[in-house]
Amino acid sequence: MSAGSHHAAPWDAAAGLPREGAGPRVDHLVVLDLVPAGARVLDIGCGDGALLALLRDRRGIDGRGIELSREGVNACLARGLPVIQGDADTDLANYPDGAFDVVVMSQTIQATRQPREVLEHLLRIGRHVIITFPNFGHWRVRAELALRGRMPMTDLLPEAWYETANIHHCTIRDFVGLCRLLGARIETAAALDSRGRAMRFALPWWVWNLFGAQGVFLLAKDGR
Amino acid sequence: MDTQLDTALRPDAADPAAPRAAEPSQALDPKSLIARFGPDKPLLTDAGVALAPFQIAYQTAGTLNADRSNAVLICHALTGDQHFAHTHPVTGKPGWWETLVGPGKPVDTDRYFVVCSNVIGSCMGSTGPASIDPATNRAYGLDFPLVTIRDMVRAQAMLLDHLGIDSLFLCIGGSMGGMQVLQWAALYPERVFAAMPIATGARHSAQNIAFHEVGRQAIMADPAWADGRYLEEGTRPAKGLGVARMGAHITYLSEPALHRKFGRRFQGGSAPTFSFNADFQIESYLRHQGLSFVERFDANAYLYLTRAMDYFDLAEDHGGVLANAFRGTKTRFCVISFTSDWLFPTADSRVIVHAMNAAAAPVAFVEVETDKGHDAFLLDEPAMFAAARGFIDAAARARGL
Repeated sequence: MSAGSHHAAPWDAAAGLPREGAGPRVDHLVVLDLVPAGARVLDIGCGDGALLALLRDRRGIDGRGIELSREGVNACLARGLPVIQGDADTDLANYPDGAFDVVVMSQTIQATRQPREVLEHLLRIGRHVIITFPNFGHWRVRAELALRGRMPMTDLLPEAWYETANIHHCTIRDFVGLCRLLGARIETAAALDSRGRAMRFALPWWVWNLFGAQGVFLLAKDGR
Repeated sequence: MDTQLDTALRPDAADPAAPRAAEPSQALDPKSLIARFGPDKPLLTDAGVALAPFQIAYQTAGTLNADRSNAVLICHALTGDQHFAHTHPVTGKPGWWETLVGPGKPVDTDRYFVVCSNVIGSCMGSTGPASIDPATNRAYGLDFPLVTIRDMVRAQAMLLDHLGIDSLFLCIGGSMGGMQVLQWAALYPERVFAAMPIATGARHSAQNIAFHEVGRQAIMADPAWADGRYLEEGTRPAKGLGVARMGAHITYLSEPALHRKFGRRFQGGSAPTFSFNADFQIESYLRHQGLSFVERFDANAYLYLTRAMDYFDLAEDHGGVLANAFRGTKTRFCVISFTSDWLFPTADSRVIVHAMNAAAAPVAFVEVETDKGHDAFLLDEPAMFAAARGFIDAAARARGL
């Protein structure tokens, strides 16, 4: 087992994100808007299955998941979700090309050992890829580093450097660079503010990179 | 542990088989429900034999609902039997899967009608080599046709037809039982709503065939085996079968579990006796396992059932592509493996899961962390129970149960 096996599960960290009442997480609702009804969806690092269940109940998707922790898999089983205990770093190679309409990786890519290889697999397996990740370029992160000289701990990144599962941080700009490197077409991009709401206006990348707490990207492979 | 065990399996010890009844009574007169199939309903086997007449011994728990939609089939392992929730007629022990099956348990007998049948070729009441061959009026012995996992499943399907059960809510089993679950899903996909293959593989590995062959050779090397005709000779190949069981039993455990349980501790003392007595507790334990096994199991049945497992290769049956076995299936699967199982390691389960994924079958997979080895599926494993309960409850909701 790799990243995360000895730490709090990634979704525990993200559970601190705002919700609308007792309803779904706000960042999940942003993903929901990007997924067409009835799609075949693979959620990698699906945690307790909250997003998959939301997509199933609101979009009627045919959903599958991969989750590293047994506790997460058990929570998914109890929701009736077909989820495999597995590791994104090693298991994606076994999925056929174009097997899913949409592959979702929510708040997980920064916890993989090989983000580039993982993203290549996502673009191969899914016709569309939705990625969300904490933006390491957010002003609060920068301030922690610049002013306090410490590794940042925020709502999205609540663990100390020595125990976090997040081993490959990136900024929104870094991620755009990786997309270009891999020939991934950015179909939609959004930055979410620290309350998980989408920033409404199309703004220059540098603004999002400074004020976006999370990046949300809908990608497709060029030539598809 | 009994100190008599120390000498029981030694070559110069008194033959433990001699004074006992020469035939395993459960083969001929089982304490069990029995479904009998006459000459009009033969079992057509993979070996090309039409086996008739034959019978299937089975047990049930719970009640079949009006829709006949709540039936669960439990598939037992190599040396298991139909007494999943019933006192064993020979050993007096409780049902072998009462940890998982019963009122309020993950396989809830208050909600489901649970059936388990003794596999064809076994010795607990279903027709097998210890049964009487109507053509000769003596035990089949090696005249019994070789059977396969698929033959076991065909016989179970005939039993379900007999019981008026068209479709199973759940098919569940571990080890050889898991092979049957996979075979069920491949052979009768429309009859299986949910399936749980546990601690199993889609084929028997070369290493596993090798272990089985050692066991078979131990039985056949016992002079009391008498070319398989021991029932008529009034003997039993107890030493051979005991050694086969001892070897196999090691494969069901794990090195850490053996070390935890026995270590290098001496039996009844603190020093070696400088002899070939069972000095070590582990030796005494294995001898006990061998000895108690021969009380309840028929040596020829052991040959047949190990062979059936050896022949199992679900991919080979589907053009070499395992995914083809599950193509188009609507069955929902939950595959479970155990970290310390080296007989059917997690890698074997992952092969199954990847094939199901490639076939777009809905599959869940859990690897349970335990040091108890292959036998963990029979033991008190809360992590397995939690996964099973979540999967089965959700499947029941989906089926409207």
